[in-house]
Amino acid sequence: MFENIFTQEAWIEAWEIARTEIPLALWETVYVTVLSMVFAIIIGLPLGVLLVVGEKDGIMPLPKWLMATLGFIINLLRSIPFIILIVIVIPLTRAIVGTSVGTVASIVPLVIASFPFIARLVETSLREVDRNVIEAAQSMGASPMRIITCVLIPESVPSLLSNLTIAITTVIGFTAMSGVLGGGGLGKIAIHYGYNRYKYLVMIFATAILVILVQIVQSVGRWLAQKADRRLKK
Amino acid sequence: MIEIQNLKKTFRTADGEFDALNGVSISVADGEIYGIIGMSGAGKSTLVRCINMLERPTAGTVCVDGVDLGKLKSKELRAERRKISMIFQNFNLLMQRNCLDNVCFPLKLAGVKKKEAKVRAQALLETVGLADKAYAYPAQLSGGQKQRVAIARALASDPKVLLCDEATSALDPKTTQSILELIRDINRRLGITVIVITHQMNVIEEICDRVAVIDGGRIVEEGAVADVFSAPKSEAARRIVFPEDELAALPYAEERIVRLVFNGSEAAATPLIAGLAVDEGISANILYASTRNIGGKVYGKMLVGLPGDDDAVKRAIDYLNGDGVSAGELVREDSESTKGEEE
Ligand SMILES: Nc1ncnc2c1ncn2[C@@H]1O[C@H](COP(=O)(O)OP(=O)(O)OP(=O)(O)O)[C@@H](O)[C@H]1O
Ligand SMILES: [Mg+2]
Repeated sequence: MFENIFTQEAWIEAWEIARTEIPLALWETVYVTVLSMVFAIIIGLPLGVLLVVGEKDGIMPLPKWLMATLGFIINLLRSIPFIILIVIVIPLTRAIVGTSVGTVASIVPLVIASFPFIARLVETSLREVDRNVIEAAQSMGASPMRIITCVLIPESVPSLLSNLTIAITTVIGFTAMSGVLGGGGLGKIAIHYGYNRYKYLVMIFATAILVILVQIVQSVGRWLAQKADRRLKK
Repeated sequence: MIEIQNLKKTFRTADGEFDALNGVSISVADGEIYGIIGMSGAGKSTLVRCINMLERPTAGTVCVDGVDLGKLKSKELRAERRKISMIFQNFNLLMQRNCLDNVCFPLKLAGVKKKEAKVRAQALLETVGLADKAYAYPAQLSGGQKQRVAIARALASDPKVLLCDEATSALDPKTTQSILELIRDINRRLGITVIVITHQMNVIEEICDRVAVIDGGRIVEEGAVADVFSAPKSEAARRIVFPEDELAALPYAEERIVRLVFNGSEAAATPLIAGLAVDEGISANILYASTRNIGGKVYGKMLVGLPGDDDAVKRAIDYLNGDGVSAGELVREDSESTKGEEE
C-alpha cells in the first residue's frame, strides 16, 4: 500500500490539498489551543492556588474533606485517557455548545482534560516559592489574598511560564487527537487524508506542521521564562 | 513595651510532643535593644516567631503596648503586625522584584498610594545607604546589601518594634559590624525597640543593652550585657561565654582573668599586651586568643591572665579598654559556689 506514496501525482495532489486546507486547519488548531488554554487556566489556576494555600499548614487552611475531594477529582480527571474523555463528556459538550462535533465542540473536552493538568502544574510552581518569603509577608501583615497575588504568583512567574509551555504543547497534542472524533484542525487533516484515504503525504505535511508548532511554542516559552526570571544575574 | 508572660510552645511531631518553649517571661522596655542568645535549638526562633504570632503559643501571653496579640482577630493581628517588623537570616526578599518594589511592598499593604510609596521607599533606601540600587534585583546584591534592603523594607511601615532573627548570621564579620551599626543608628534616631536574636556573643556585646540567655526553651539568665558576660552564672551562659577551646585554657589559670573583645579595633592583639607590659609594667599571660584581622581591623576575643591585686587589674582594664576593644574582668565561678544553681 505504500508503493505509490512518492509518485509525482501524489506530490501534486498532496500539495494541492495542503495548500487549500492546511492554512485553515492550522488556524483551527491554534485557536482551539488558545481558547482551551484560556478556559483551562481560568479554572486550573485558582484550583492550583487552592491546592497550595488550602493545605494543613498553608496560608489559608481549608476543611480537610474539601481538599481531599479536590485532589480526588483532579486525579480522577487526569487518569482518564483523553480519547475516552471525549466520549464521556459528549452530553456536556452538547449541553454547552449545542453539538458534539466540530472545532468549537472540541474545546469542551480539551478544557476538561487540561484544567486538572494545569492545576497540578500551578501547584508545583507555587510550591517552589520560598516558605520564608511567604512568612516574611505574613510578618508584614499581608492577608492570604495579598500573599497569593503579591507573593505566590509573582514569585513563581518563571516557573509558571515554563509549566504553561508544557501545558500548551500537551494541549496541541490533544487537539490533534480530538480530530479523530469530530474536532477540527491539523489532526483532522492528518486522520482524514492519511488514515481514511491513504494520502500519506498529506498526513506527513500536517504532522510536520504540528511538530514545528510544538517546537516554536517550546522555544518561545523557554525564552520567556528565562527572560522573566530576575533571579538570574544579568 | 513588650511583655511576654509564661510563654509555652509545644510542637506535635511524628515521635511525640516537643516543648520548644517552657514558660518564657521577659519584658522589653521602649527604645531598648534587647538581646536573646542561645545555642542552636534553644528555642530562639520559636520565641521570636511567637512575638508576632507567626507561631501561635500553646500558652502564655504576648503584650505589645498593652495589646494582647493572642486575643486579636486575624484582621486586627495583621494591623498590629505592621507595627512589629522583622528581619531574617536569609533576608527573605521578593526575588522577582527590584529593591524599590521590595521596600514598597509593606506600604502597598498599608494602602499607601503607589507614587507616594515610591518616594518614601527611595528615601528609606537612602537611609540604609543603597539609593543607587533602587532598580537592582536582590540576586544582584551582596548579602550585606540584601540585609540593608530588608531593613529598609522593615522600616517602611513605621514600626515600633524591630525583631531580628539571626540577622547577621549569614554575613562576614565586617558586614556584620556595619549592619549592627545601622541597627543601632535606627534604634537611636527613630526610637524603635529592637529585639536581637543570635547565637553570636559579639553581636550582643556590640549593640544590646540587656541580654537574656535561653536554653532548652527557658530563660536561664537575664541582665545587663556586661554583667551577664563577665560573670555568667548559668551553665548555658558559660558555654556561650567560653566556647570549649576557651574553657580548656582556663584550668591552668591561677591569675585574675580579663576578657578582651575586639570589635574592629585598630590595635592588634599581641602588641596591645606588649604595650601593657611596657607602659604599665603589667605583664599579662595570654590564655586564649581567637582574633582575626579583617581589612586592617581586628575582630575576636582574647583571655589574658593577670597577676596581682585589684589596682593592677583596674589599671590594666583602663589601659586595654579603647577604640574597638572592650575589656572586663571575668568573675570565675568556683565549683562550690555554682553547685547550688544547677539542677
Ligand atoms: N515546626 C516545628 N515542629 C517541630 N519542632 C520544631 C518546630 N520548630 C522548631 N522545632 C524544634 O524546637 C526547637 C527550637 O527550635 P528553634 O528554631 O526555635 O531553635 P533556635 O534556637 O532558633 O536554633 P537555631 O540557632 O539553630 O536557629 C528545636 O529543637 C526544633 O527542632
Ligand atoms: Mg533559629
